Amino acid sequence: MEARKEFISGNEAVAIGAMLARPQVVSAYPISPQTIVVEKLAEYVESGLMKNCSYIRVESEHSALAAVLGAVATGARTFTATSSHGLMYMAEVLPFVSGSRFPVVMMNANRALAVPWSIFTDQSDSMMLLNSGWLQVYVEDAQEALDMVIQSYRIAEDPAVMSPIMINLDGFVLTHTYELVDIPAQAQVDKYLPPYKTGNKMSIDQPLGVCIGITPDLNTEFRYRQHVDQLRNAPGVIAGADREFGEVFGRSYGSQGGGLSEKYRCEDAEVVLVTLGSISMTARTVVDKLRDAGRKVGLFKIRFMRPFPMQDLLSLGDQVKVLGVLDKNISPGYEGTVFSQVNSALSRKANPPRTMNYVGGLAGREITTRSLEKIFSEMLGMIRDGKAELPPDPNGRVKFINMRWEDHE
Amino acid sequence: MINVRWYGRGGQGAFTAARLLGQIVSTEGKQFALASPSFGPERRGAPVWSFTRIDKTKILDRSQPPQCDYLIVLDETLVSDTLENFLTDDGVLILNTARPGKYGYVKHRLVTLDATRMSLEIMSRAITNVPMLGAFARISGIVDLDDAEAALKKSFPEALYEKNRQLLLKAFAEADGGAA
Repeated sequence: MEARKEFISGNEAVAIGAMLARPQVVSAYPISPQTIVVEKLAEYVESGLMKNCSYIRVESEHSALAAVLGAVATGARTFTATSSHGLMYMAEVLPFVSGSRFPVVMMNANRALAVPWSIFTDQSDSMMLLNSGWLQVYVEDAQEALDMVIQSYRIAEDPAVMSPIMINLDGFVLTHTYELVDIPAQAQVDKYLPPYKTGNKMSIDQPLGVCIGITPDLNTEFRYRQHVDQLRNAPGVIAGADREFGEVFGRSYGSQGGGLSEKYRCEDAEVVLVTLGSISMTARTVVDKLRDAGRKVGLFKIRFMRPFPMQDLLSLGDQVKVLGVLDKNISPGYEGTVFSQVNSALSRKANPPRTMNYVGGLAGREITTRSLEKIFSEMLGMIRDGKAELPPDPNGRVKFINMRWEDHE
Repeated sequence: MINVRWYGRGGQGAFTAARLLGQIVSTEGKQFALASPSFGPERRGAPVWSFTRIDKTKILDRSQPPQCDYLIVLDETLVSDTLENFLTDDGVLILNTARPGKYGYVKHRLVTLDATRMSLEIMSRAITNVPMLGAFARISGIVDLDDAEAALKKSFPEALYEKNRQLLLKAFAEADGGAA
């Protein structure tokens, strides 16, 4: 297929990216707001656009990932997609895939968890599975979604990584919004992404155990190996995959900074906001506006939560006095998940910035430019004579934004 | 940046119109657009919002604009006292109605089109999205009609394409009494 531009939704971009990556087995179960991905892939297989692909219909998400696990164990390239409670239902199978070091690529449409039940977006679902052994990337628009499906196979299948990847798209905001997307030619994708070859599979010729059980005397070493491969190897592989993608397709996503994150106008910033996913775009416009007014603010966009961009955070200059983390999830009774992760990285710094946690965008509540401006202005207000002071109330560091009562205060 | 807000009932094609407009103006990357439905479950007959954002450069702000430059109402039973709150001060209300005289109280610039009659005549169905798109094309002056025809061709099967093309052109000619 030739390169072309299409006005499509994020879901369609994911489905087209998956088609171009030539998976041999797709198994998925529909759930809002991911359903269109499943419908499109079924159409592509049925109409002959995906010639060497089997689409396995299943009765649940648990079975979808189990079917994919069986397929990838034979050395097949695989794809699946889910969302929210679908991901929760899959949860049992996630560590089977990652512990077996199988490079499955999965799309997750970020959606709230019940109760209160909601089909709208936040990032509670994927954050709950941060410890599943899957790499996690969060994309900002439909183009990045398509491109990251293709890049993810390169990263996941790299012998130095051999780990599955979850590609996260904010539900509706990305999955259901239409925009112009560059669709690469199949020949170019084939050049960038050769067929998957592995020794980590069931084979008559080279018999070995896959998806194994091990007693305590060896078990920890397997887990350690998985950990260090992700910690030490994955960042370099991700940056390399992005750099080469840029050479082939003319687009890349911050490989200069390593690819795990992107710093926007942080050079001399005294206040920085950390975001993930689609809100990063809106936040850029707010940073630009405040910069025009002479305020020293910047944006730190996390792309990968696993591996975590620890080095990128540590490389923020000491002039950063206050750093806020916008969390579209809450670990009830404590704080936002990303906030804990960011603080842990910053604690390695000699002079860490003061940190604030802003919890918002839960279950589809909008985060407007106005609420982002308010966040920046509060953080700027904490700086007096070059020093930052936190709110005196220890619980004041974790703030819910855009609450209904704010207009009445 | 131009913000367009569509308001119709499930089944009248309000989202298809929002998507078509985005597709048309971003043909060959001439302009940039985002098109989105009001998110959530869909029901036939229920009020439906949809949005098109258009700009000369890539659109970064994905939050829903509180006010828009054009509000296009596909079904006049949706008109209410608060409707004009969605418009900027110099925004334009484009309304599908056979009785423009009823709306003398509207403070904003009002453009009317009897899109229901037009659709019934040409397509035998009261699906009013494409004629309202034609009216918008006339009033805004930002839609290339050749690109619009190409987008309709891509979106509809042949027989339906021809009827929608006629609707688009007729609405373009007749909107606002034919005034530019």
